[in-house]
Amino acid sequence: MDDDALTPLDPAYASMLRLQFAIVSLALVAGATVAELAIPGWTGVVWVPAILLSLWLLIRLPMRRYAARGYMLAEERLRVVRGILFRSDTVVPFGRVQHIDVNQGPFERLFHLATLTVHTAGSHNASVSLPGLNQADANAMREEIRAAIRRDTQ
Amino acid sequence: MTALAVAKPQRTHPKTFAVKAATMLTQLVVPIGVGAVTILDDGDLSDLLMFFLPLIVVVVGLNFLLAYLQWTRLTYEVRDSDIRVESGLLSRAARSVPYERIQDVSLEQKLLPRLFGLVEVKFETGAGGGDDLKLAYLAQGEGDRLRDLVRARRDGREPAVERAAKETSRGDVLFAMGPQRVITFGLFEFSLAVVAVLGGLAQQFDFLLPFDLWDIDGWQERLAGPGQYLAGLGPLAQIVGIAVALLILAVVGIATGIIRTALREWDFRLERTDKGLRRRRGLLTRTDVVMPIHRVQALKVTTGIIRRLFGWHALSVVSLASDSSSANHQAAPFAQLGEIAPITATTGFSLPSSDIGWTRRSAKASVDGALIDLAVMSAIALPVWYFSPFWWSALVPLAIGVFGAAREYYLYRFDRHALAERFLYVRHGWLAPKLTIGSRVRLQSVELRQGPIARRRGYADLHLGLAGGSFAVEGMPLEHARAWRTAILDSIATTDFSELLEPESSSLQV
Repeated sequence: MDDDALTPLDPAYASMLRLQFAIVSLALVAGATVAELAIPGWTGVVWVPAILLSLWLLIRLPMRRYAARGYMLAEERLRVVRGILFRSDTVVPFGRVQHIDVNQGPFERLFHLATLTVHTAGSHNASVSLPGLNQADANAMREEIRAAIRRDTQ
Repeated sequence: MTALAVAKPQRTHPKTFAVKAATMLTQLVVPIGVGAVTILDDGDLSDLLMFFLPLIVVVVGLNFLLAYLQWTRLTYEVRDSDIRVESGLLSRAARSVPYERIQDVSLEQKLLPRLFGLVEVKFETGAGGGDDLKLAYLAQGEGDRLRDLVRARRDGREPAVERAAKETSRGDVLFAMGPQRVITFGLFEFSLAVVAVLGGLAQQFDFLLPFDLWDIDGWQERLAGPGQYLAGLGPLAQIVGIAVALLILAVVGIATGIIRTALREWDFRLERTDKGLRRRRGLLTRTDVVMPIHRVQALKVTTGIIRRLFGWHALSVVSLASDSSSANHQAAPFAQLGEIAPITATTGFSLPSSDIGWTRRSAKASVDGALIDLAVMSAIALPVWYFSPFWWSALVPLAIGVFGAAREYYLYRFDRHALAERFLYVRHGWLAPKLTIGSRVRLQSVELRQGPIARRRGYADLHLGLAGGSFAVEGMPLEHARAWRTAILDSIATTDFSELLEPESSSLQV
């Protein structure tokens, strides 16, 4: 049970995050440009931080977030690890899964990604989401969990 | 027994109408009273009788008629697979609840229906948001019968057998509180709520008082008369006066506590029936709740700062049904540990044995917590000291910081957790510690959480998914937390969730 054994997410997840952050950066830079035009003289007091933040959002953050996340599907358990500063490492045994969702947002569809969500009866971690899976993988995982639950109840 | 085979829709008890009418009248008294006061202000009594009285009669009459029509149109039907309630005068509504989805049936008696011998029957379903099925009101016997019937149907048993079994054994009393215990309990429930309410009322209705409550000059003037005499008595008399005032406050607080507790807990009885723990309590509003044993997920033993010194504890049950309603699941609100032990055994749990291997919280977690408290509060104290006209006001945040650090120290001293063969025990808190007893099987998920400092220092919080409650162990050494996670996950893997809900699986021999 250490971080080496984790399966990384689909690399397209980093690209998807990059696209999402690109839109945020665009808005940020546009806002900074307006502010910059309003300030007399070409000082760059707003522009420089905005550009730096945008670069961090575009280059550093998607890779860090991608690297921070991972999952493991073994021994009839789903393990989901996430968080850059505040790490969270959740394990849901298949025997405690109530139902399973596979969701696709518009960005995820663009990159053929999907989010797998398992629901438990617990008040804490009532639903555990795992984004950034290849769509086919997500469906296969859903089938695997479903088959395991069926097996156990019979 | 013939009534058991209910095939056709039934109405609620005819006296329901009487209860509704009485409730309505009491509700109308207030608006009528207010209206009367405003009208009496100007105009004489004959005007009042001419216009006001017929109006009241018409309004009350219409309401009665409406209540009667609604009563005639509300029917319930006990069917093979569900309970169905149809209602509505103009728009009809039909709700059906399958027996499998009924978590519990509770009977409630408010004061008025109780006078008429009626009960309100609530069918609690798992649906969040309290959208339960209610039947108000049925005769006491009919309520009991419906409850037995629903339970029997849900468990696929013959209702007649069930009924016969119930007639013979009324259930063993696990815990009961007599008047003396209830009053002792009340002593610890000190409450100054009444003072707050009186203060609020005084502000709201100050126009009724013969003097202006908020006029300081007026008070001084009034005190100048007899008060002059008071002031002349010197500091000793003033101290005595303050002491008397405090004494009155204490008496009011204790009396409030005793009265409130007596109203809620009077004749408390917890019985073991074949359907679970049955709890009855209350003086004016008597409630009757059954907590099915196989739905118990965990137990919590709580206490209070002062009652702890006398060994008084409360036992409450974390149940699957409790996430659907905010119902209070106290099994024993005021008991010694010796009395709590048999109840925990009945629910299939057990109190920690004396030779259990307790583990402390991580010392590093407590040190870090204390340092953070001190650092944050010092950071606040600095600008306060610099900018505030009173340098000593900086002592307030500093005191809070020291208090927080002291708390961390006590948490380190007294927080404990232990993993036994079938259960896990977590004791948390410093002034009034709470003991949570969890089952290694009845958990839904396991999560390890670490903040940036915790990662560097090697400790973690363990959050366990518990149906109907929260369950976490804070500040565990990382290796320890990992070992717990592995052990708990292995236990969970032995049973599927569906087996947890089987009534038999939990009534294992203890």
